[in-house]
Amino acid sequence: MISIQAEDFNPGREYERLEGNKSSGAIVTFTGTVRDMNLGDQVGGLFLEHYPGMTENALQAIIDEAMARWELQSVRVIHRIGQMYPGDRIVFVGVASAHRKEAFAACEFMMDYLKTRAPFWKKETTPDGDRWVDERESDQEAADRWL
Amino acid sequence: MIKVLFFASFREKLNCEQLILEEGEYASLLSALKSQLAEKGEDWREVMMSDRTLVAINQNMTRQDVALQPGDEIAFFPPVTGG
Repeated sequence: MISIQAEDFNPGREYERLEGNKSSGAIVTFTGTVRDMNLGDQVGGLFLEHYPGMTENALQAIIDEAMARWELQSVRVIHRIGQMYPGDRIVFVGVASAHRKEAFAACEFMMDYLKTRAPFWKKETTPDGDRWVDERESDQEAADRWL
Repeated sequence: MIKVLFFASFREKLNCEQLILEEGEYASLLSALKSQLAEKGEDWREVMMSDRTLVAINQNMTRQDVALQPGDEIAFFPPVTGG
């Protein structure tokens, strides 16, 4: 259900895995990718650090909460770590549910919580050097909507 | 013995990934440990006293002051930016 990995993933294959359950009427997936711009600066690369052990637990807690809130048949979370470049895939969240409303909500909830609760940190390479990415207030506001 | 970990910008700022503190070398409360570490220098003080600093004890985030137990793993890190 959870993978934290340096390697890329195949969204098509992940989608097919979510299709397995015949009681599911809706599949929603989200794929996050590395942008080549941030805060007006060119981004040449991105390094993703995590807290081994705690990150897995935090993602599991987010999945548990999503499954308690909505009836979901299948959930998949993949987050890459290490060095990445613009255009690379970073994160995948996929859910299968009986109905679309639950699937959309659960997918968005998991991304909002992942961005504010799972211990990952981004460091980006810009023409002025490497810098740690600061948290965004809008991400916190998005997560707070679910409280 | 307790283990104190630092991640991301904090690890770089403090030039420290991990501290091992033996019995008698660390304060009994998390708040007191933060004060103790803040004495190590200006950078340490900034990290320990910042409102942005997040703390996890045994890999669970906490906002409360707690008593430290032998074997605890205490981690200090900045707000998370994954996804």
